[in-house]
Amino acid sequence: MNRKFFQGGNHWVWLNAGAVSISIIMVVGLLLLIAVRGLSHFWPAQVHQFVLTQDGEQLIVAGEIHSEEEGEQRDGSYRRQYLIKQGNRDVFGADFRWINRANIQRHHLPEDMVVLERREWGNLYGRLARLQIDGEWLESPSSTQLQQVIDRALDLHDQIKDIESDEIGAINYQLEQLRLDERRLELEGELTAEALARLEAERAGLNQEFAGYQEQLTGLYQAINRDAAEFTLVNGAQKQVQAATMVRAYQPNAMTWVDKIGFYFIKIGEFIFDDPREANTEGGVFPAIFGTVLMVILMAIVVTPLGVIAAIYLREYAKQGFMTRLIRIAVNNLAGVPSIVYGVFGLGFFVYFLGGSIDDLFYAEAKPAPTFGTPGLFWASLTLALLTLPVVIVSTEEGLSRIPKSLREGSLALGATKFETLWRTVLPMASPAMMTGLILAVARAAGEVAPLMLVGVVKLAPTLPLDFNAPFLHLDRKFMHLGFHIYDVGFQSPNVEAARPLVYATALLLVLIILLLNLAAIRIRNNLREKYKSLEQ
Amino acid sequence: MMNEQSTESILAQSPRSQRINPLDHEKIAIEVRNLDLYYGAKQALFDINLNIADKKVTAFIGPSGCGKSTLLRCFNRMNDLVDIARIEGEMHIGGRNIYGPGVDVAELRRKVGMVFQKPNPFPKSIYENVAYGLRLQGINKRRLLDEVVEWALKGAALWDEVKDRLNDNALGLSGGQQQRLVIARSIAVQPEVLLLDEPASALDPISTLKIEELIHELKNDYTIVIVTHNMQQAARVSDYTAFMYMGDMVEFDATDKIFTNPSQKKTEDYITGRYG
Repeated sequence: MNRKFFQGGNHWVWLNAGAVSISIIMVVGLLLLIAVRGLSHFWPAQVHQFVLTQDGEQLIVAGEIHSEEEGEQRDGSYRRQYLIKQGNRDVFGADFRWINRANIQRHHLPEDMVVLERREWGNLYGRLARLQIDGEWLESPSSTQLQQVIDRALDLHDQIKDIESDEIGAINYQLEQLRLDERRLELEGELTAEALARLEAERAGLNQEFAGYQEQLTGLYQAINRDAAEFTLVNGAQKQVQAATMVRAYQPNAMTWVDKIGFYFIKIGEFIFDDPREANTEGGVFPAIFGTVLMVILMAIVVTPLGVIAAIYLREYAKQGFMTRLIRIAVNNLAGVPSIVYGVFGLGFFVYFLGGSIDDLFYAEAKPAPTFGTPGLFWASLTLALLTLPVVIVSTEEGLSRIPKSLREGSLALGATKFETLWRTVLPMASPAMMTGLILAVARAAGEVAPLMLVGVVKLAPTLPLDFNAPFLHLDRKFMHLGFHIYDVGFQSPNVEAARPLVYATALLLVLIILLLNLAAIRIRNNLREKYKSLEQ
Repeated sequence: MMNEQSTESILAQSPRSQRINPLDHEKIAIEVRNLDLYYGAKQALFDINLNIADKKVTAFIGPSGCGKSTLLRCFNRMNDLVDIARIEGEMHIGGRNIYGPGVDVAELRRKVGMVFQKPNPFPKSIYENVAYGLRLQGINKRRLLDEVVEWALKGAALWDEVKDRLNDNALGLSGGQQQRLVIARSIAVQPEVLLLDEPASALDPISTLKIEELIHELKNDYTIVIVTHNMQQAARVSDYTAFMYMGDMVEFDATDKIFTNPSQKKTEDYITGRYG
């Protein structure tokens, strides 16, 4: 039977099937891991209150159970211990503490425990004691009243942010442009009294506008600072919190399932659509999503025409011989160069050499501050375009070589020139292959981090590269990127333990975005394939 | 059939230096003079001399690899696409040597249309396939295109089958329909000569019959040169037949004469099925 098994090739089938299953299991496992770890972060965890005896003293600790493990004790024995997220970093000094299971006397889930998300110092866990509304202290307030205070504060905060980033941002941008105009005129020796007066007038106008907004802001700041709340922490301490720093308050132990599900989706919405807070460990990742997608799109715009044209020349026009073989080998090897090397090249060639030259030629008025002579969106896109160029060239060439000779001859026999044949028949038929190249390029570029750290990605970009100030798309700006965000949050943040779930969530988001970009491209390719399916003959 | 020429003198000729042709009272469309073709160092055609009669069907027959397709592809300079091919000698179409200096190859190919062994419609609509050659010439007026497409499809005996689905993809047609579409595509640019390279070899018998009927129709307007493996087909459709062997033009004569009373031994052997 054994011989029969081997002769029939069954072992071979099993081996192949095994390899495929292991691959699938690994991919699914990876996705499951990051999905579970990432998505569970947004679920409102219950807040436990523990009464402990430690070294003969009684101690009350409250917080979310973050993890548990067998930990080595002082006497060398192993006991089960919990990692508790107790929050209140401003009071306790650390977000997390270990507690020993053996020390726990009592434990319950107090319904009146409030979790308050703040703009600084992380979460606060405590009981609402007093509320200050319009300067008046209100004893034993209800949670609805706290919610009203927070809603009002959030509304005011949004207004303040709108004015600061949009209106005042625009004024600052224009003032900077005026300064550059003046400097340019000065450099060109055309700074006449007339021009200076015109610039001064414009500047005065902007400054006046600025003062108006400043006044509005002062009013808003006064309004937002009228409210506050006082909380009693588990150790009995009182903690006052200004309404301006509150983001959200909830009582997880009192929430029903429906509340929790609603809360969950609000949190996910915040994660996707909001700006990050607290050194990226809280809030959302919207600027990073925006930066990633915009950079990939710019990269695609650069790499597709370049790669396609290069492939057409190599395959259709260049005399096939030693040189083309050499070029093909070089192109294939480019795909294997470590990406950080591209980063170094981008920094040295694009940023310092090209960017520096552009600054000298066109942005002399801004010097010594660099405009393009510093890492930025444009250079990052170009660097990644270079990195993905081989993929596009190779797949386009493959597509061109698959077009049957008979079709080219059919076109030539009707009196078409070589160019007309290419343009009207060969290129449209090779377009699915070009799309394949683009898909591979996008997949590679969106996941790349190392070179970007050298050519334009930053931890926190104050402004998006796309806004309402002409020329709208600011290619010289630095930007945020999901891949770098993962690295930064996971390994560079001051509060690694608290931020770890965000690492998983961001990773999941990155995978989903790459998937989405790819699906879009695959859809386009399939439409093209349908149109030119004669290749499958 | 025009088979009453005096062919005595030809009989005496050796195949390599065949000069006199049987087309004394035909109008000559193409003249081939001392044509040699080399693929690299290897010679594929030896000193071909041939006249093709205007608005008649001329068939090339011969065993595989004898050079008949290669010769056919010389008429519209398709061999230019082969890097290592080199041609010596002259070929006159419309009184002009197409291998002379300053010849516009695209222009030549508009005048000398070609249909290949395997149907090769473009992956476009039926309409666009036929309009392709016209669009190349910059003709984009819808009304003119409509007229020519209808005319060409009628000319290729395909109009009735496809008139209701002109905008469907041409690849949805059957093999025989595709081949007739390719013929329509070729005649749409109104060539003077039509080269058919084994046009029916990939088709079923009924489609083959339709193509042959079409060739009969087309010879009223076009000079047709056809390469075929099928001797019955050559006998059925052609007025003149050339037998080629190993790159030589062994015998060229009226079709009836070739098939009933060939002057060369090799021709007779081939026709009677002794080799090939």
